Amino acid sequence: MTTIDTSAPGERAARPNMAQFLSRYGTFAAFILLVLFNLIVTPNFLSWQTLNVNLTQVATIVIVAVGMTLVIATGGIDLSVGSLMAIAGTVAPMIFMGKVLPIENMGILILLSFILPVLLVMAFGWFNGVLVTRFSIQPIIATLVLFIAGRGIAQVATNGNLQVFKNPDFQFIAMGRIAGIPAQVIIMIIVAVLAHCLIRYTVIGRQIIAVGGNEKAARLTGIPVRRVKTFVYIVSGALAGVAGLIVVARNSASDANLVGLGMELDAIAAVAVGGSLLTGGRANIVGTVLGAFVIQLVRYTLLANGVPDAAALIVKAGLIVVAVFIQQRAKA
Amino acid sequence: MLKTLSRPFMAKSSGDFARLGVLLALAGLILFGALRYDNFISPFNILSFLRYNSMFALIALGMAFVIITGGIDLSVGGVAAMASVVAAYLSPYGWFPGLAGGMVAGLIAGAINGLIITRMRIQPFIATLAMMLAAYGTALLLANNQSVSVSYDTGFTMIGQDDFLGFPIPAWIAALAYVLGWVFLERHPAGRHVLAIGDGEATANLMGLKVEKTLFAVYALSGLLAGLAGVILASQFGAGQPTEGVGWELFAIASVVVGGTLLTGGSGSVGATLAGALLLAMVFNVLNFENGLGWISLSAYWQSVIRGSFLLVVVVLQARLMKKTEA
Repeated sequence: MTTIDTSAPGERAARPNMAQFLSRYGTFAAFILLVLFNLIVTPNFLSWQTLNVNLTQVATIVIVAVGMTLVIATGGIDLSVGSLMAIAGTVAPMIFMGKVLPIENMGILILLSFILPVLLVMAFGWFNGVLVTRFSIQPIIATLVLFIAGRGIAQVATNGNLQVFKNPDFQFIAMGRIAGIPAQVIIMIIVAVLAHCLIRYTVIGRQIIAVGGNEKAARLTGIPVRRVKTFVYIVSGALAGVAGLIVVARNSASDANLVGLGMELDAIAAVAVGGSLLTGGRANIVGTVLGAFVIQLVRYTLLANGVPDAAALIVKAGLIVVAVFIQQRAKA
Repeated sequence: MLKTLSRPFMAKSSGDFARLGVLLALAGLILFGALRYDNFISPFNILSFLRYNSMFALIALGMAFVIITGGIDLSVGGVAAMASVVAAYLSPYGWFPGLAGGMVAGLIAGAINGLIITRMRIQPFIATLAMMLAAYGTALLLANNQSVSVSYDTGFTMIGQDDFLGFPIPAWIAALAYVLGWVFLERHPAGRHVLAIGDGEATANLMGLKVEKTLFAVYALSGLLAGLAGVILASQFGAGQPTEGVGWELFAIASVVVGGTLLTGGSGSVGATLAGALLLAMVFNVLNFENGLGWISLSAYWQSVIRGSFLLVVVVLQARLMKKTEA
């Protein structure tokens, strides 16, 4: 294990195997190790409450990371997810508090406050896709535009003010339970299963992988590359929107400055830790879910043991670099 | 074959076009401001404009070098915040320890970026995104989640607040950095290596250029300049600020791109980057004056929307120009 950095010729051949092993089982091993560590060190780890806290917090990361997995599979990246969460999370309360639409019926307002924000951020996702496909702008730059402007739009819409609300019907997506399971956890499971089936069993799923694997070849075989790419940005936008709704519903408040802040990194980290190559051509949804759990568990472990939040940031940064490094080694 | 042959030509012509455009836009904007607002061409406005925007100009310079190699540095804002905290802590020991400390902190962060990118072969945006996180984390840890006031007794605040020969010291620092940067890129062999790497890393490698060393140096330089900007930040506002710097990377990237530097690397100019930074800053200066007139009222939150739209317009224009020259 300690030989990984030595450059003796005999060990050089062993290196890729080590990386491949880590790439395949590393995430799962890290997850198990984290759980074991917490069982020994963290007080009260084995409780329903701990499980509850971690599941509800990981749900939004998983939902956004699934969209990110699809984008990354095409060889792209979506830095705008956090800002899109802020937009959806800002618009929804404005709708059900009756600030934008002259509708009296509360039921319809609630329904619209689920649908319209998500449609709105899907439009922003489409905009990302257009920049990437029609204007051939690199995904990092194209989505950087909304990364900064998107949060600005949410802040301008509320003038930076906090929106506080109490609306049990709307907040069902975060507070509600179906058969004892938190609603957001159910949404998380549905999203992950659908995405997994999309990648495995549908034409567009295979096309996503093909585009990321070799774009030129994909185009020559008749795959509508532009449409496939635009599609993944729209999906990523939609999932970010859903996550934004969950976050504000959970907090009973919407703060455009904070909703989804730093989510792009959590999502990218989940994808990288989960074993999808950041250069595209692979989409491992199960890995991404596991990656999100590892990231959540790392954060929980640090916080539960009194490590300051700021130090947790540094640990996360290191985790991202190591995970990406291992993926690239495994491929080489 | 035709495509490879036409590429340098294409890059050059679209770059030239953008450079001319940015100078025209800058001149037009200054003229507009001078005619419309009373105190636009006053010494006070000009000097405070230069004093405040020197930080951004420094970061844009480092970003220009990084982007010319075909990379990107998303960590500059976080690194500047961290450097401002380090500088504030060292300011009681004199202005020099404060200055040097901030710059060394930036240099270390940049060097780590360079090592991760060249040794571990991790894409620049991932490496620097992680560094952004780590730098903010370090800044917050060092500062205990608060801003750290600087010492006013040791002359540290003079770096950001005083004048020399009638011009703000930060403006002198930025001017010096740009002159050095220009000489390096246009006149020094190593500067040509930077351009060659951006044009094609594999080819540059085959030509025997020290690709890894140059890449490492470029990220270290970007970190150093971000550190310097952090020192000026702390000195100008009297405090090390661990949460400042959000969105600075965007300002820097936009300045570089406005200056006609291709985001794909291989071409670019130091002078045009300065013009780009000045243009972007001038847009905000004009908007501030417009706010003062009372015709429109733009909250601070509009800043990020405008920055984003600005970047959008520029990259779309650049993409269009590239397509046209390609056709």
